[in-house]
Amino acid sequence: MGTTDTFNTDVIQGTLDMLILKTLSLEPMHGFGIARRVEQISRDVFKVNPGSLLTALNRLERAGWLDAEWRQTSNSRRAKYYRLTRAGKKQLEEETSDWTRRAAAVARILKAEG
Amino acid sequence: MSFWRQLSRGFHGLLNRRAADRDVADEVQQYLEEATAFFEASGLSSEDAQRAARRELGSRAAVHEQVRSSGWESAVETTLSDLRYAARRVRRYPAQAAIAALTLALGIGASTAIFSTVNPILFEPLPYPDAGRLIQIWDGQGGSRLDVTFGTYRELAARTHSFESVAVMRPAQPTLTGIEEPERLDGQYVSADFFRVLGVHPAIGRDFEADDDTPESSVVALITDGLWRRRFNASPEIVGRPILLNDTPVTVVGVMPRGFENVLSPSAEIWSPLRYDATLPANGREWGHHLRLVARLRGDVALTTARHEMDAIARTRLEEFPRPQWAALQDGVIANALQDELTRSVKPALLAILGAVVLLLTIACVNVTNLMLAQGAARRTELAVRAALGASRPRIIRQLLAETLMLAAIGGALGIGLAHAAVRALVTIGAPELPRVGAIAVNMPVLAFAAALTTLTGVLVGLLPALHGFNAGVAGGAPQHSTRTTGAHTVTQRALVVTQVALALVLLVAAGLLLRSLQHLFAMPPGFKPAELVTMQVQTAGHRFRDATATHRFFNQVVESVRQVPGVSAAAFTSQLPLSGDDDSYGVHFESVPRAAADESHDAYRYAVSAGYLEAMGIPLKAGRTLDTHDTSGAPLAAVINESTAKRRLPGLNPIGQRLHIGPDSGPWFTVVGVVGDVTQTSLAVTRSDAVYVTAEQWRFADNARWLVVRAQSNAALAPAIRRAIAAIDKDQPVIRVATMDERVRRSAADRRFALLLFEAFSVTALFLAAVGTYSLISGNVTERTREIGVRAALGATRVGIVRLVLRQGMTMTAVGIVIGAVAAGVASRALITLLFGVTPLDPVTYVGVATLLLIVSIIACAMPAWRAARVRPSAALRFE
Repeated sequence: MGTTDTFNTDVIQGTLDMLILKTLSLEPMHGFGIARRVEQISRDVFKVNPGSLLTALNRLERAGWLDAEWRQTSNSRRAKYYRLTRAGKKQLEEETSDWTRRAAAVARILKAEG
Repeated sequence: MSFWRQLSRGFHGLLNRRAADRDVADEVQQYLEEATAFFEASGLSSEDAQRAARRELGSRAAVHEQVRSSGWESAVETTLSDLRYAARRVRRYPAQAAIAALTLALGIGASTAIFSTVNPILFEPLPYPDAGRLIQIWDGQGGSRLDVTFGTYRELAARTHSFESVAVMRPAQPTLTGIEEPERLDGQYVSADFFRVLGVHPAIGRDFEADDDTPESSVVALITDGLWRRRFNASPEIVGRPILLNDTPVTVVGVMPRGFENVLSPSAEIWSPLRYDATLPANGREWGHHLRLVARLRGDVALTTARHEMDAIARTRLEEFPRPQWAALQDGVIANALQDELTRSVKPALLAILGAVVLLLTIACVNVTNLMLAQGAARRTELAVRAALGASRPRIIRQLLAETLMLAAIGGALGIGLAHAAVRALVTIGAPELPRVGAIAVNMPVLAFAAALTTLTGVLVGLLPALHGFNAGVAGGAPQHSTRTTGAHTVTQRALVVTQVALALVLLVAAGLLLRSLQHLFAMPPGFKPAELVTMQVQTAGHRFRDATATHRFFNQVVESVRQVPGVSAAAFTSQLPLSGDDDSYGVHFESVPRAAADESHDAYRYAVSAGYLEAMGIPLKAGRTLDTHDTSGAPLAAVINESTAKRRLPGLNPIGQRLHIGPDSGPWFTVVGVVGDVTQTSLAVTRSDAVYVTAEQWRFADNARWLVVRAQSNAALAPAIRRAIAAIDKDQPVIRVATMDERVRRSAADRRFALLLFEAFSVTALFLAAVGTYSLISGNVTERTREIGVRAALGATRVGIVRLVLRQGMTMTAVGIVIGAVAAGVASRALITLLFGVTPLDPVTYVGVATLLLIVSIIACAMPAWRAARVRPSAALRFE
């Protein structure tokens, strides 16, 4: 399921959920918007696979972390907008702190070596 | 909340699949549009933008599938589609499906029926609280299991600390009198703690108390719910009211709960306290071996601890518990779980039958597996196409399994119906021999078992063909013409047929061994002439029979009037009858023989008979004289012993004129006046047992239940006339347990007959399935090799040669199966050893006979395809394909 047509990498395994939640914590968005925003903010380091993204959205919505609703976009097309729920906000906090802890640990190990 | 969301979305997806599909499709479409708009905005032409967007998204169908398959409902959907696929296949090949389902129905049905029979007997705990703590205790004299005496019970109950409660019981058949129709009831005399040992309390009224169980206490009774409803209109007022039993008023103190099961005497409907004399008069029945003892182990005591304690008690005599010589407990007691004791006699047969049905089920599974493999030819092409179209390996295996599971489910449903009918038949055939026969039914545990078995067979039967089909069809690459593909899967099929033959041989050997055992058994001489003998038990009850002379007079009148019935050539009575299940023995001591070593048994069956009994039974006189009408009360006490007793107890002595005690030493001396031949008392398999005959008038009490033996030519038809003759003397004395002696002989081998019947049924089925397996493999093989056979014919092979070719293939498989099966049977038949009689588990006649039978059946199974092969024309080599 990898996209290999660009130099940018796939989203790190297991972090897609967190990135989606973080992106949606800024404002409600539709699927394509989320993909673009992740790529923009990561300065095109990450590339989001649409299949994985839509599947993840579906899953997060079922888990109760997102609410979905069809509404008009700014250029008057219809799109499915996702919004973070309160449970989603909590989940994001948990995942963020968890990630920070791990990343710091990995960084320490790498520094010690170098 | 998220759980409910999961659930409701899932169901929504399942129920409105189209809406769910549209929702995903819309979102994918919208993603595409947004992407296109984005690329346009970044300066691409609308065409290039669309292309870029599509490239980013990839295959719409793949994305769609990925999103849709993420929820739990997709697993359900896949399963449903697998089942639809399976159903389609079942419909497409109805004949094959029917054969497979019927074969499995046979296997599952037989297994379920046997399981439902065996489950309540061997596996389910007895229907009492903490049933594992119920222990049965026997007097272990000479290593056998003797009923205990009241004295032994009293001593054990007083001295033990391992048991919460201890109780004894003996059978009783009181007659409910004082009503329109007197009714003979089955019941028990029990010690006061009997129901506390079982852990069951009366539903209405009270349990027996210690005060009810003395010779002075007034007689009370507990009755079953069934009797309460049948005779007392389920009236609660019955409690505390007297009823008449044998013309004596007895107060009903309680009614047992509905569904109460008395495993110790399933037909008992009424219980009264024993009311024995605790001072143990030496000449009373208190010291007879006639009580069954059960006890409830304390929760914190292990059975082994209790056994040690019992041994210690048996070893150390106390002054306050005197023991007579015949109940000295010199060999200790035997204490075992009640369930084990109840099932001891039937367990070997039931386990053997259970093993047999497992073999049968295996054969059925092997047969269906082979059937599925045989479809492989047509199937491999289909599977290859499916794989080429992108079906994953697990998915294909799942689909194949779904098919066999569906066949198994159909088979299972049919099998449960089959089991239902079979259980009823089994209970009818085996009822007299099986404990807890009332609990045998197709109930919830049995249905659960059948369901589990169905699933298991479905998977087992499907696994091999699924892996095989996949490997041969898919991994092998492109679709191939099946006619040329031989190799791995035929080898598997052959191995399976060999397995079938081997398993069938094991079953056939077992059936053969049982058959020969039964032949040997019925060839054993019973020691009397069973032909033309009709037997029945007559009992006396009521005030007027308190007097021994009245009892004797009644029985003598009965014998006299029965002798007058036309067609009767001889009639007599006895206190116990051979092969009736009676077991009444006394310690016997001869004056001239010193007391034998403690480990030797002194017990002999005691027969209190009328003059002419030995003649009526056709028991041959070996020395001296038989008992006659002069041996009456007041005359010198005369006894007749059997040959075994004379040889074993009086070696080298002339038995005639020897004096002996029967029972306690304080009793009078009897003098041996004659010696007669041995008679089988308990079973045809047990020939040697000591016996002593005395006349009823000279015995120290009057037995109130006696067997009438009547010799008459048309014996069975005469029973009503005999009944009328008895009723003419006293219509209130019921006549029960009427049967011809031939029937009793047959019934005495009932456990072996029961096992044999099932083994015969199973092995015939197994033989049939093995034949079908051989036939279908050889037949399929001939079809596949039509071309080759045609070539051979064209090259000059004769018809005989071709027939031989085909037969050799079939016979090789059968021969290999027979060899493997014979080895397996040699090991497996050891499990039958307790059921065998007069044959060894390696009986060569059985093995050779069974192997020959299998070979003949196998030749028949191969003959059809061989004949077909012989008719293949050389031109077939060209035309086929």
